[in-house]
Amino acid sequence: MIEMVSRPYATAFERFAVDRPKVLCLSADLTSSCEIDGFRDRHPEQFLSLGMAEQNMMSFAGGLALAGFRPFIHTFGVFMYRRPYDQLVASIAYPRRQVRLMGFLPGVTTPGGMTHQSIEDISVMRSIPNMTILETGDATEVESICEAADSIDGPVWCRVLRGSVPRLFDTPIKVGEMRELSEGSDVLVVTSGICTEEALRARSALLSAGLSIRHLHLHTIKPFNAEALLDHLNAVRYGVVTLENHVTEGGIGSLVAETIADAGIGKRLVRLGLRDTYAHGGSRGYLMRYYGLDALALVRGIERLVGAEFGISESDLDAARVEAVHSLVKAEGL
Amino acid sequence: MNTARSTEEIALGIRRRVFEHVMKNNGGYLSQACSAAEQLAWLYNEGLKLGAPTLPMIPTPFEGVPSAGHKTYRTGAGYNGPIAPDLDRLFIAPAHYALVAYATLIEVGRMSPKGLAMFNQDGSSVEMIGAEHSPGMEVHNGTLGLGLSTAAGLAYGRRRLGDSGQTWVFMSDGEVQEGQTWEAVQAASFHHIDQLCAIMDVNEQQCDGAMSSVMEVRDIRQKFITFGAVCVEVDGHDLEAIRQAAAEPHEGRPLIILARTNPYHAMSILEERFPRLHYVRFKSEEERARMNLSIAKELGVEPIKY
Repeated sequence: MIEMVSRPYATAFERFAVDRPKVLCLSADLTSSCEIDGFRDRHPEQFLSLGMAEQNMMSFAGGLALAGFRPFIHTFGVFMYRRPYDQLVASIAYPRRQVRLMGFLPGVTTPGGMTHQSIEDISVMRSIPNMTILETGDATEVESICEAADSIDGPVWCRVLRGSVPRLFDTPIKVGEMRELSEGSDVLVVTSGICTEEALRARSALLSAGLSIRHLHLHTIKPFNAEALLDHLNAVRYGVVTLENHVTEGGIGSLVAETIADAGIGKRLVRLGLRDTYAHGGSRGYLMRYYGLDALALVRGIERLVGAEFGISESDLDAARVEAVHSLVKAEGL
Repeated sequence: MNTARSTEEIALGIRRRVFEHVMKNNGGYLSQACSAAEQLAWLYNEGLKLGAPTLPMIPTPFEGVPSAGHKTYRTGAGYNGPIAPDLDRLFIAPAHYALVAYATLIEVGRMSPKGLAMFNQDGSSVEMIGAEHSPGMEVHNGTLGLGLSTAAGLAYGRRRLGDSGQTWVFMSDGEVQEGQTWEAVQAASFHHIDQLCAIMDVNEQQCDGAMSSVMEVRDIRQKFITFGAVCVEVDGHDLEAIRQAAAEPHEGRPLIILARTNPYHAMSILEERFPRLHYVRFKSEEERARMNLSIAKELGVEPIKY
């Protein structure tokens, strides 16, 4: 049974920030939604409310960093790049300010629909010079995201999970590395964020079908160790399947495609994720099924890659984690 | 006075330099010198507490943008002196005023006149739209609205550090059309950032022409006050009025000085081009020659040989 951790960011951020006076906690009216309400109440001198005014917040954070502080901006990821994109680039990314952009509700982890779902943020951030990109896939990564982000001399974009988060790993994020979750020789599976849990759900069924899976989990998306990925690509027979909580353009699927093309190796690639589409509002489980981001979608993708059907159905996959949209952890669910 | 010269002399010197440059280059940001010369002269000669410049009088060429591998990267802030707790900082928010700002640096002895000859030349750091590596600049402000927010963040941070220095922003009135300006004022007021001061060139001009024809902004003094700032409106060509405005008490609030200006002040022939004054390019040799004679006479110099 997977351990579920309640509000890991709340605990982790407070523990991290409390002894670091140069760390400032910035919020844009989503304080409890980003699990920093307790921090605000206990450490008001280190907390800045900047209201629903993200354009100012980005440049203001740039100014704080110019003064030598390390602002941690907390809001939904989508609100940190779509509207204030110019400020993000001019005031934070270009001058390499040590601003930590803690983006909550990555991809389809919100029922809030198009306006709340950051589905192309990785694509955008990858194309911004000086930006580092980290993504959390479990409670341990959420617990270590603050230290990881704060180790970077420059701006860092983080996809942060909140609420009840499964613990999949027992070691913290080591920036620049990738996690090797299995070392098979037939198919390489590359996942990040919440999709890694999906791939783990499919693991035993794929094993029973006689398939040897090599599985990588990416918490560091930029910078990226292409050499390490190439070693894994060269170690598998059929090719690679990527699964991401993001559009398939510009995310880790593209990252793998670019690595293959740059190296001139001939490996087949199946990219799974949101396929040039927006999502709508709904529960995470529903959305992952509807848009093909879940364990079953991964199985079908692997079948496509190897040109065979394994007869795996939903009932063969490890029990899905049932999570009510409106839980006790976060009443509104947004 | 921060220099041996009067602020009036410096303002005149700024206009003369910008005029000479625009004549020789057959165009440029001439009207901005008409409207803003007193404000920039006052900032550098009186308003700001700055140390001696730390960068070479003759600007070095463009040395690359910030990146992880660029270890020697620096901004142009050193022309305003070192960064120190008791010293002031200045952002030029409308980065297209760079020509006027560079002329000011020369007039107050912080940059060689040779710097202006590098203006907008390929490979030069003296860029047309002031970049953070350009002389006197510390941050990018090329998109309007960034400056006040960044300065508010810097001023807030400096207050936490116990700095006594002020953070000043030179602004332009077109920026009040940007929503970010109002976000910045409300945040600075909410957080009682009173080490933040701005002086705004209210020349009522923007790229398309007169602001009233592009987007009405109405009573901006009242708007700034409503958003929580202390706001004083003065004649932007009256140095004594600017001095008094800067002394306005503003405890717990940012101070914004609206300097109402004339976009053809001291170059009255430019009125012919009103309301298209954002970037003056001469339409004919006849116009160029005529304006050369007229403006030179008004500024008390010989016509420019171009």
